[in-house]
Amino acid sequence: MTSLPSIPPAKRLGLVIDLDTCVGCHACAVSCKEWNTGGHVAPLPDTDPYGKDVDGVWLNRVHGFEAEADSSSNMAGRTVYFPRSCLHCEEAPCVTVCPTGASYKRGEDGIVLVDEDKCIGCKLCSWACPYGAREFDGDGGVMKKCTLCIDRIYNENLEPAERQPACVNACPARARHFGDFNDPDSDVSQLTAERGGVELLAEMGLKPTNRYLPPRSSATVGDGASLEDAADAGGFLGWIDRVLSR
Amino acid sequence: MTIVDDGTGRVDLSPAVSDEIKYTTCYMCACRCGIKVHLRDGELRYIEGNRNHPVNRGVLCAKGSAGIMQHHSPARLSQPLLRVGERGSGEFKAISWDEAMDLATSWLDPIRSEDPRKLAFFTGRDQSQALTGWWASQFGTPNHAAHGGFCSVNMAAAGLYSIGGSFWEFGEPDWEHCRYFMMFGVAEDHDSNPIKTGLATLKQRGAKYVAVNPVRTGYAGIADEWLAVTPGSDGLLVLALVHELLRAGKVDLDYLARYTNAPWLVIEDPGADDDGLFARDGDGNPLCWDSVKNSTVNALATDINPSLKDRVTLPDGRGAVPVFHLLAERYLDAQYGPDAVADQTGLSAETIRRIASELAHAAFAEEVVLDVPWTDWAGRRHEQMIGRPVAIHAMRGISAHANGFQTCRSLHILQMLLGTIDVPGGFRYKPPFPKPAPPGLKPAGKPGDVVPGSPLGGPPLGFPQGPDDLLVEANGTPCRIDHAFSWEAPISAHGMMHTVIANAHRGDPYPIDTLFMYMANMAWNSSMNTSETMDMLTDKDPDSGEYKIPHIIYSDAFFSETVAYADLILPDTTYLERWDCVSMLDRPISNADGPADAIRQPVLTPDRDVRPFQDVLLELGVRLGLPGLVNEQGTARYPGGYPDYLANHERSPGVGSLAGWRGADGQSQGQGAPNPDQLARYVDNECFWHDELAPEQRYFKHANRSYLDYAVKMGFIGHGDPIVLQLYTEALQRFRLAARGHGEQQPPEGQRKRIERFFDPLPIWYPPSAVDGTVAEDYPLHAISQRPAAMYHSWGSQNAWLRQIHTANRLYISESVAKEHDIADDGWVHLESRHGKIKAQVRIMAGVNERTVWTWNAIGKRAGAWNLAPDAPEVEKGFLLNHLIEDLLPPDDANNPGAHRQANADPITGQAAWFDLRVRISKASADAAVTEPGFRPLPLPPGVGPRPAILRYGIKKGGGKS
Repeated sequence: MTSLPSIPPAKRLGLVIDLDTCVGCHACAVSCKEWNTGGHVAPLPDTDPYGKDVDGVWLNRVHGFEAEADSSSNMAGRTVYFPRSCLHCEEAPCVTVCPTGASYKRGEDGIVLVDEDKCIGCKLCSWACPYGAREFDGDGGVMKKCTLCIDRIYNENLEPAERQPACVNACPARARHFGDFNDPDSDVSQLTAERGGVELLAEMGLKPTNRYLPPRSSATVGDGASLEDAADAGGFLGWIDRVLSR
Repeated sequence: MTIVDDGTGRVDLSPAVSDEIKYTTCYMCACRCGIKVHLRDGELRYIEGNRNHPVNRGVLCAKGSAGIMQHHSPARLSQPLLRVGERGSGEFKAISWDEAMDLATSWLDPIRSEDPRKLAFFTGRDQSQALTGWWASQFGTPNHAAHGGFCSVNMAAAGLYSIGGSFWEFGEPDWEHCRYFMMFGVAEDHDSNPIKTGLATLKQRGAKYVAVNPVRTGYAGIADEWLAVTPGSDGLLVLALVHELLRAGKVDLDYLARYTNAPWLVIEDPGADDDGLFARDGDGNPLCWDSVKNSTVNALATDINPSLKDRVTLPDGRGAVPVFHLLAERYLDAQYGPDAVADQTGLSAETIRRIASELAHAAFAEEVVLDVPWTDWAGRRHEQMIGRPVAIHAMRGISAHANGFQTCRSLHILQMLLGTIDVPGGFRYKPPFPKPAPPGLKPAGKPGDVVPGSPLGGPPLGFPQGPDDLLVEANGTPCRIDHAFSWEAPISAHGMMHTVIANAHRGDPYPIDTLFMYMANMAWNSSMNTSETMDMLTDKDPDSGEYKIPHIIYSDAFFSETVAYADLILPDTTYLERWDCVSMLDRPISNADGPADAIRQPVLTPDRDVRPFQDVLLELGVRLGLPGLVNEQGTARYPGGYPDYLANHERSPGVGSLAGWRGADGQSQGQGAPNPDQLARYVDNECFWHDELAPEQRYFKHANRSYLDYAVKMGFIGHGDPIVLQLYTEALQRFRLAARGHGEQQPPEGQRKRIERFFDPLPIWYPPSAVDGTVAEDYPLHAISQRPAAMYHSWGSQNAWLRQIHTANRLYISESVAKEHDIADDGWVHLESRHGKIKAQVRIMAGVNERTVWTWNAIGKRAGAWNLAPDAPEVEKGFLLNHLIEDLLPPDDANNPGAHRQANADPITGQAAWFDLRVRISKASADAAVTEPGFRPLPLPPGVGPRPAILRYGIKKGGGKS
């Protein structure tokens, strides 16, 4: 078994994902694949890539499901797109279940990683994760997962503005935000507070770091009452009763 | 044992990312974002969005990020190919470029000296139409167009004839100020990233977003309100909204009087040859009634008091009526009332009334005021910019119907009535738009314009304003092989690519010799009637034994289905291996705050014997001695190929492919002498040019003195007169008058009724069945396709990453259809149209119009194509609706199979009407669990393959990690 950091990490880095604006375009998933197949956990292999049983390792996947209207919260029926990746739990069961110390949670920022040199591919971690966030690389025989782009976020070879996870940089709907949840002034803390960011499966007590912003209530304009007839006392279009100018 | 380890020090936090960074422009779809390409060890490491680019501001979609896999596609062609087996067999041999170019020249040279029309040069989704159209003109053939006739000519033409601009490349919503946004029928890539970012901006601001779409996915999935409109009925919905707004007087009278032709007087003289045209003064100026002077005045004058209502008597004694009066009479009629349209649109009358009320509220109770002084066209200063914050965006869901032109006109009418064109919060033009409505350019290619061995004398595409501008022979038959600009589709401003193969096969109006295509997958997903298209391409004349289309030349970078149907293949590079141009002369990437254009530069060197198509086209031109391509000595005018052309070609003096850094010193923009250093300047500026408008130029562009002067200086418009928005389209009435027997240019008898009915100068709505004659009782369901955000046409399936997102497609059906036919989720069905039958697997969903079935576009693939395994899911589970769609309608005379057949298209623009498909559904056996129809697998051509069994992309050479 592997232990979690003995003192809570100074930073709690993670993502806020906005389910109100995510249109399910998969930009985050492909950008993640692209960065990480050449990054810290390289490669993310694709087997039978042009064949019948194509399969690949993806650290971020997007699912869509239909949600019906909910009048109690003034929520229109919609298609909800749900990007799924590691939530970097405080009480990460994937770490504590690891028999070799391969799975670990970083003491300084709380990012959960896999040390592939120690991973024996037993898959206990993927069984332990209730979010389905782990991805087994059958080709390499090791477990892979979201690194929160650890090779980007501190990378001095990148422009400061680019030191964010690839998924956050790419997201065209600006539905993904990265930051430190321990910092009350960070974007992620502020958004979570303002929009009621949700902890997935909170009842399991794993204290995931990432938060999901629920869809906003449907916007309204005016009272929607049927328009009144224009007074037409002056005959057809009589309501045009003033001089116009060009 | 418990392992205690917080991981400190185990990770390299600052690995080197790349040894070289190059900027260029994405080509994974038509959005054309700026990209920053990281190279490591000469390989692609990472492609990200360019933060400084006006289109995407740093973001990048799934397609863009998958560019690496496109570049490494195993379907890349690697050498020129010559067909050796029967056409369609896919049997080729590799030949050299010299042989390929000699052969192409030997086919084209005699055509040019005998009858240049025998070359039909059609390009698909390319972005170099400014070059290809000009090349066709230099060759002398009128038979050229790109894929706009399939795609969105209805949007472009309706917009240009109404407001001198349109959606997408011509304009955009004011995301920053809009209060109410309606989006009609938009595929998830038109345009791709700016809409996603814009929707997020709107939602953050609390604006209301209404999606009008039969399907609730993607953009529509997150709408505040989803209106599950019945396909093809959008126009009726819009005119019902117009009815409600007129009934309540909720229209912007000041805007209408000032900026539109609402006050212009329309002659009412039934039977006269100018009935329904504008009353004009001796100088040709339109007239309006001045309500203070009580007389007619020049409607273009300033400081007049135009009247919008009441019939008047013209100086010549005839009657006339203001456009607005006519418009109000029409749409106040009960036939446009919410109760009358509810059934047909699939929306309740109550909903339609509420939407109208919300539009009125947003427009008139929540106006946006910007404290930005500006000066109007007449030199009058205004202290503020005041706007009505309602914006509309629409694309193919409106466009690909036989009533799409009039529907799109209706949308622009709605915007004009609300006063939301180019105002804060409304629709905003992207320079070089607005242009005069319609633009003055006319198509070349009249009978006398085609002279063997000579250029055409003008561009083959343009904007007819009446029968005199048509390209027809004296007897009314079309001059062009696609019948564009004929009486069949007078305003086919983008040509009619979808009819070329059928017409060439029938020799209608004449046989051709060579069909030359670029990036157009016509033997698969880019044709309607796919199966018969393959038959037509392979059909032979029984007497001569020759193919009915004797020569087919095709250029593509990849082994698409169409490769097998060509005789000569000219292999193109990928988008990362060539110079390219996103030109203001073509499809600009400007935004509303300023014009922009861009280039592509080679990021990688081809490792195959392939050449950029544009270079090949220029060289062909030199071999053929085309005037614009050779100098007086007969040698290449642009010996440096396409980059040389981009920098040095002038379309007219001072105007070239690129607007930035012109002039010998690179100090000019818009217009200026060629700058030999221009491409280097673009490369230095991350491969794009963008000029920011001053704040006072950013709205009211159609009537803004400062903007109009700027546009003239830049060469966008010829003069600085204000652009008057056209509620009433006089050009349509000119065609109608011809149909009534006026004028020398007369339609064939069989076309008169169509012209009279559909060419209404004020928008009308008619069911698509009025054009195609389908019987709803026989085919009760609508069938449409949607484009997924992660795929672009057929390209995505060869991409190892994108195909994992959409490996196969289902037929999505509503719960009520499933129940009615006892179809279970995952069940198999037959779908049958008047034209064909397919088999597919279903998925039941809630978010679809009850009488509509739909699927993702272009996921289905032919076995063997794209170097996919012949049993790939795209083949066995994927399918196309195209097999069900006719390219030509049944013969005009049901008893005579040889009678004229009209294109399955909008009668005004020739826009392919592939969203008008009507079908019936029935349960099918799941025994085989394979989609139908299936086709014989295509063999791989020489130089393509093998495909790898596993990809481990990204491992550093030598096996190490970064």
